[in-house]
Amino acid sequence: MTPLLEIRNVSKNFDALKVIDDVSFSVPANGRTALIGPNGAGKTTIFNLISGFYDVSSGVVLLDGMDITKVPSRKRAALGQARSFQNIRLMPHLSVVENVMLGQQSRADGLKQALLPLRASHLRAEAEAQLESMNIRVHPDDVVSSLPYGIRKQIEVVRALASKPRLLLLDEPAAGLNPAETAALVEFLRKISDSGVTLLVVEHDMSLVRSLCDHAVVLNFGRKIYDGATAHVHEDPQVLEAYLGPGHAGKAGLAGAVA
Amino acid sequence: MSGYWAGILSILAVNIIFAYAIFIPVATGQLNLGGAGFQAIGAYTAAFLSASVGLSVTFTLLAATIMAGIAGGALAFPILRTRGVYLILATFAFAEVVAGVILNSETLGGAMGMSVPGYVEWYVPCILAGAVTVFVFYLMATRFGLNMRAIHDDDVVSDLMGVNVRMTKVIAFAIGAALAGLAGGLYAHTFTYVEVQGFNAMVSIYVLLYVLLGGTQTAWGPIVGASFFTLLPEFLRAFLPKLQVWVLGVLGQDAATVQPPDESWRFVLLGVITVLMMAFRPEGFVTRDLVDRFSWRSRRLRTPDGAKS
Repeated sequence: MTPLLEIRNVSKNFDALKVIDDVSFSVPANGRTALIGPNGAGKTTIFNLISGFYDVSSGVVLLDGMDITKVPSRKRAALGQARSFQNIRLMPHLSVVENVMLGQQSRADGLKQALLPLRASHLRAEAEAQLESMNIRVHPDDVVSSLPYGIRKQIEVVRALASKPRLLLLDEPAAGLNPAETAALVEFLRKISDSGVTLLVVEHDMSLVRSLCDHAVVLNFGRKIYDGATAHVHEDPQVLEAYLGPGHAGKAGLAGAVA
Repeated sequence: MSGYWAGILSILAVNIIFAYAIFIPVATGQLNLGGAGFQAIGAYTAAFLSASVGLSVTFTLLAATIMAGIAGGALAFPILRTRGVYLILATFAFAEVVAGVILNSETLGGAMGMSVPGYVEWYVPCILAGAVTVFVFYLMATRFGLNMRAIHDDDVVSDLMGVNVRMTKVIAFAIGAALAGLAGGLYAHTFTYVEVQGFNAMVSIYVLLYVLLGGTQTAWGPIVGASFFTLLPEFLRAFLPKLQVWVLGVLGQDAATVQPPDESWRFVLLGVITVLMMAFRPEGFVTRDLVDRFSWRSRRLRTPDGAKS
């Protein structure tokens, strides 16, 4: 079976600086994959390469077997991928439901949809239903900038889902959330995963990674150093070295610091 | 209706259409400081077709709108590559080029200007201003309007969502230019005379001020801004002498011995109000919050905790 997403020998340079160095991995369909690594390892850069925000310097990005390396970023949403951002990037002056409706854009391209008043569109009812089904208890006409942080994070995920993606890229979904909110988020993401959406998650919170993801890819200084089951990631000597520094790799007692 | 009020209403209607012309690109995140250039294209198109070809006002206004729209679309392609202050300078330079071309054209009367045979009564601009207002409200409520507002907030994310950022910007700029052309055409037929000095840089600056101070988040902003700044000088015309008498009275002076206030004092007060607005309502007078507060829909649907019941 072809993986839903495959990164093949991808490198990215900014002038002389090599940010991503020959990284390959694949994300199995319907799975929940984590992309982890220390700060500056290149996780968000990988996301930017997948979503087309950056062009790769070399290598290939395949979505469901199709080479999307040269597809412009605007057209990638229509191919079935959507993402959230490390710092929430909702449109502050738009209402909740308008933000979600913006997420539907890749399915609503066309003159008829463009000129139909939003209130008369069935897509508005769909967006409201989607907010409701995800248990986001806000008024759809509330302006986003007035809402609490945790709710805005959830709305950003719903906006990404509004394009009906097969692959959802989440950049630090738990950043800034308290433990209760994080637990709610894991439930929320499981629900999304159960509906058939493949998840690729960049995350620092290892408890979230272990409770949500079965497969992990670890990056360090732009290179892949681990690719396998989440359950064994804290036993890998290279991962321990990346997080704790050289000399600690053998000390099993410190493994808990990573895990 | 007295000639004075007919004149005020005509000017108000032209200014409202002109403000919407600038609002549409601004709502998409592009500051247009070349408004007078597009207005001049519309005004001279209408003036020329009325004077030299003898077309009726219906057709001259239509031609003015289309000509300015085409000029806007053609300019938008190269110019929208620039951003921020460079875009402002580029649009400003465009208006100067238009003024320069007109000034050096004998067909268009050069510095002498042109008289326009076609005349429109005050209700023509008023009806068209109403129609333009309805059109802009409709446009902002569509998905195209949603895309415009999204690009204003974050063009990178809009692109990732699948919005055609460049096309949306170009269309918004062209629609704005077309409306400026319509405003120019109406100006020509209302005053039955056009001269290039009527479309100088101050005109571009004032109309951008109407929009920025009125508020760019909703379609209410331009109509409020344009009305306020058009009617304020008229109000001050009557109010300033009274203010002067009062101030002098407080200072213990006899008002009868002093000259009545100069015209320029009106612009002093206008400037003060502009500065105060910038300080206290930097997002413009009409914001989305303000509209929500007065909308019956939100008041009826909302429960006290803000959640949907």
